[in-house]
Amino acid sequence: MSTTTLQETAHHTSHGEAHGEQHHHETFITKYVFSQDHKTIAKQFLVTGIIWAIIGGLFSVIFRLQLADPTATYPWLEDLLGHWAQGGKLQPEFYYALVTMHGTILVFFVLTAGLSGTFANFLIPLQIGARDMASPMLNMLSYWFFFLASIIMMSSLFVQTGPASGGWTIYPPLSALGDASAGSKIGMDLWLVSMAMFIVSSLLGGLNYITTILNMRTKGMSMTRMPLTIWALFFTAVLGVLSFPVLLSGAILLLFDRNLGTSFYLSDIVVAGKILPNEGGSAILFQHLFWFLGHPEVYIILLPAMGMSSEILSINSRKPIFGYMAMVGSLFAITILAFLVWAHHMFVTGLNPFLGSVFVLLTLLIAVPSAIKVFNWLTTLWRGNIRFTPAMMFAIGFVSLFISGGLTGIFLGNSALDIHLHDTYFVIAHFHIVMGVASFFGMFAGVYHWYPKMFGRYLNNTLAYIHFWVTIIGAYLIFWPMHYEGLAGMPRRYYDFSNWESFKNFGGLNQFISMIALLVFAVQLLFVFNFFYSIWKGRKVTNQNPWNANTLEWTTPIRPGHGNWPGDIPEVHRWPYDYSKDGKDFIAQDVPVGADESKH
Amino acid sequence: MKDLFLVAIVVMIFVVIFQIAKASEYVSVLKGEEKTRKQNNKINGFLLICFLILGLIGAWYCNELYYGKTLFPQGAASVEGEKIDLMLYITIGVTGTVFVITQILLFWFAFKYQEQEGKKAFYFPHNNKLELLWTTVPAIFLTVLVVFGLKYWFKMTSDAPRDAVVVEITGHQFAWDMRYPGKDGKLGKKNYKLYNTPSGNTLAVDFEDPESWDDLHTTEMHLPVGKPVKLVINAMDVIHDVGLSHFRMKMDAVPGIPTTMWFTPKYTTEEMKARTGNPNFVYEISCDQMCGKGHFSMRGVIVVESEADYNKWLASQKPEYYTLYPEKDPAKPIQATDTTKAVTAPMAQVMSGK
Ligand code: HEM
Ligand SMILES: [Cu+2]
Ligand SMILES: [Cu+2]
Repeated sequence: MSTTTLQETAHHTSHGEAHGEQHHHETFITKYVFSQDHKTIAKQFLVTGIIWAIIGGLFSVIFRLQLADPTATYPWLEDLLGHWAQGGKLQPEFYYALVTMHGTILVFFVLTAGLSGTFANFLIPLQIGARDMASPMLNMLSYWFFFLASIIMMSSLFVQTGPASGGWTIYPPLSALGDASAGSKIGMDLWLVSMAMFIVSSLLGGLNYITTILNMRTKGMSMTRMPLTIWALFFTAVLGVLSFPVLLSGAILLLFDRNLGTSFYLSDIVVAGKILPNEGGSAILFQHLFWFLGHPEVYIILLPAMGMSSEILSINSRKPIFGYMAMVGSLFAITILAFLVWAHHMFVTGLNPFLGSVFVLLTLLIAVPSAIKVFNWLTTLWRGNIRFTPAMMFAIGFVSLFISGGLTGIFLGNSALDIHLHDTYFVIAHFHIVMGVASFFGMFAGVYHWYPKMFGRYLNNTLAYIHFWVTIIGAYLIFWPMHYEGLAGMPRRYYDFSNWESFKNFGGLNQFISMIALLVFAVQLLFVFNFFYSIWKGRKVTNQNPWNANTLEWTTPIRPGHGNWPGDIPEVHRWPYDYSKDGKDFIAQDVPVGADESKH
Repeated sequence: MKDLFLVAIVVMIFVVIFQIAKASEYVSVLKGEEKTRKQNNKINGFLLICFLILGLIGAWYCNELYYGKTLFPQGAASVEGEKIDLMLYITIGVTGTVFVITQILLFWFAFKYQEQEGKKAFYFPHNNKLELLWTTVPAIFLTVLVVFGLKYWFKMTSDAPRDAVVVEITGHQFAWDMRYPGKDGKLGKKNYKLYNTPSGNTLAVDFEDPESWDDLHTTEMHLPVGKPVKLVINAMDVIHDVGLSHFRMKMDAVPGIPTTMWFTPKYTTEEMKARTGNPNFVYEISCDQMCGKGHFSMRGVIVVESEADYNKWLASQKPEYYTLYPEKDPAKPIQATDTTKAVTAPMAQVMSGK
């Protein structure tokens, strides 16, 4: 069945034939489980991502409890976690395991797979006018590899010695030596194997997205007529395909060092009183390999959020996105530069100072395309006629957060300043605001905006606005004061600060932050509830194009079947941003250009 | 019991919020969805401008509360760190201005251009002049920051002055150890395979190297005020990081790859007590690179004191060589040639035994 679907799909697109929906027999299994419909796969990614987000978020709440009051004990924690929380007190090993898993889950499983997996799958065929992905089969495999990775990562939570606990960046030698940390025993092997599966998933997905965008656009959809969402997803996929393999090789070498006695990362080590035979390796080599992915990774997380926010800002301002070509150009510049700045995470590793200076230059160069994007978003709002849909609120919030977090990048990118700020709470504040929260905002914007297309129903608006307001206020309350902790030099990944003369006077602040974190987490549960409740009970969509948008996904039926368009795929005659042109509120992409229409 | 009660309350709150949300949906159907939408638009537009104003006030208030606690008002405790402080202020000046302007524009535009009956949005797809403007202006500001930054960066990462006091600091799970070169001003060689040979040689010093004989091994770091200090940084097991927040200095400790860093302490510990108004003030060494379960407790202490006190302290320390080889500890000064012969024999045995 798989191959026929593949050929049929290709066939449809190339000839635009008049029979869209595919009438193969669908059982429950092929429709909802091993589905090859890109829309179903997107929903699978989204739901899996939501489950992971709840787990990852819960972990952060638990370790924030520890930071709130290092002396407190919580008997229920012991009931829940057993010897990891002996006497109701989180043990340091498990604190570090939670921090590590929180980072891994949120960065990879939620904001990479959950975000790109969902929206690349859902939007690419719908917005470029294709019946499905270039290879629905590989697309399905991409999800199932992700699923496998999830299972393995999940299982590492239940092994005797605990999951990986060396931080999401898993620097060796700590991660290479079981004797150095309980989390570096079997938990670390599981982490590496899970990530290998994850990378396979991401490559299958990424290759598919690129191929689909390059080859399967409908008639008239030239590259420069693509919505910015598609451009962003395209560059995201390029980043992933070119950088994830490097992490894979780094991870494999680490597996070798762990299990086969090689010395890629190990040299001159005495651990737990044992003199290791390894000589000649370099611990720093791993950091180069890791950050060669790690930095592009942060843009893999951010670009889809940028693309969706651009789209949503334009639609709800009833104005074209300002400077379309500059937006595409800056995405391109960010993509190129993202490969050339990785060592800014390594300024204090003993890096050659000259090399460091090159990375300073390239790093701060990224601020230029970032600034262009911000000013273009602002100009898009200027003299608009703005509708504050929940999606629009999150898109505006995204811009605010991106500004706040992007600006602190300028502190960190300047190596001399980074000497003081590296590995302090300043970095935590920076990347949570610019990457963590901002990308979540992009993702929420996307969910609120495309939910009607996904499920044929609306989310509850009141809950959505509560969700937005609590989340943005909470996010700033949590992360803004952390800049000050970082300026004081307060190191990240500390289980307890109370024995430090230099850092202990932030105890009250830590307590405050933890309380807000708890509240914000609770409100996310409200969103999750809204999400699942509305799938069955939400207000029904009755209007094929509820946001009066121009892009092609709104020309499909309210609940599109496999194949998306029942008849021909529409032909495209214009770019997607003709809002308020010639006095018309919007002109969809499939409307031919009128004779008397002005040029833009 | 108390926990259960709490959970019940939280669940209650959820149910209430949900019921309100549900009810509002029915109300909107009754009132007309378009009308409700417009009402929501007004409310959210208003809230956005409130958020801007309260947010800016909040940022100011947060600064009032916490700026003092960062110890930035007291200034860096090292000569080189002052440059970092200056850079911080320049960067805050530039980014702070951009921050305030762009956030105001964002929320102000959102509020001002919210949907209004009969109004049309302005079709404004691009404008090359504007776009050129906001490509070049940030580029110019960034160039200034880069030039400043790199100037200081090269200064700080340059070779330490010749007369710098040399101290070796070694990280291991989960503590710091120092080694001072002694009278000859040179640190003896190390070989990690000599760890614990003889027993107690935790820094794996090669005691066949005569330069090691006068080296001191301490767990506290003492430094003279006003003299450049060069730290030679090692790690035994995993990566650690020597974090000196008061001096604005930081450098990783990597097993197998020694690193260095240098700075000039400006104030003695006693002076800092007065400057910070904290009688318990102490210069702390924090491990700033995740290194295992005891990472958060990997604390070291630096005592900065007058040169006289420093020399007194140095003189009171006993070379590690004599601690590990008590039989070699003479009352009189050691004769280098004699001792070499005496030591080579046992050491050679140890080596071949391995
Ligand atoms: C103006 C643009 C930016 C600059 C100059 C910049 C610079 C930096 C630098 C130098 C660091 C290393 C700090 C350290 O560890 O000492 C860093 C950390 C980080 N940045 Fe950015 N950044 C920028 C924007 C972004 C964006 C847009 C994202 C994500 C979407 C991002 C995500 C991160 C993350 C995740 C880390 C920390 C990783 C870790 O150590 O765990 N940054 N940034
Ligand atoms: Cu980076
Ligand atoms: Cu350490």
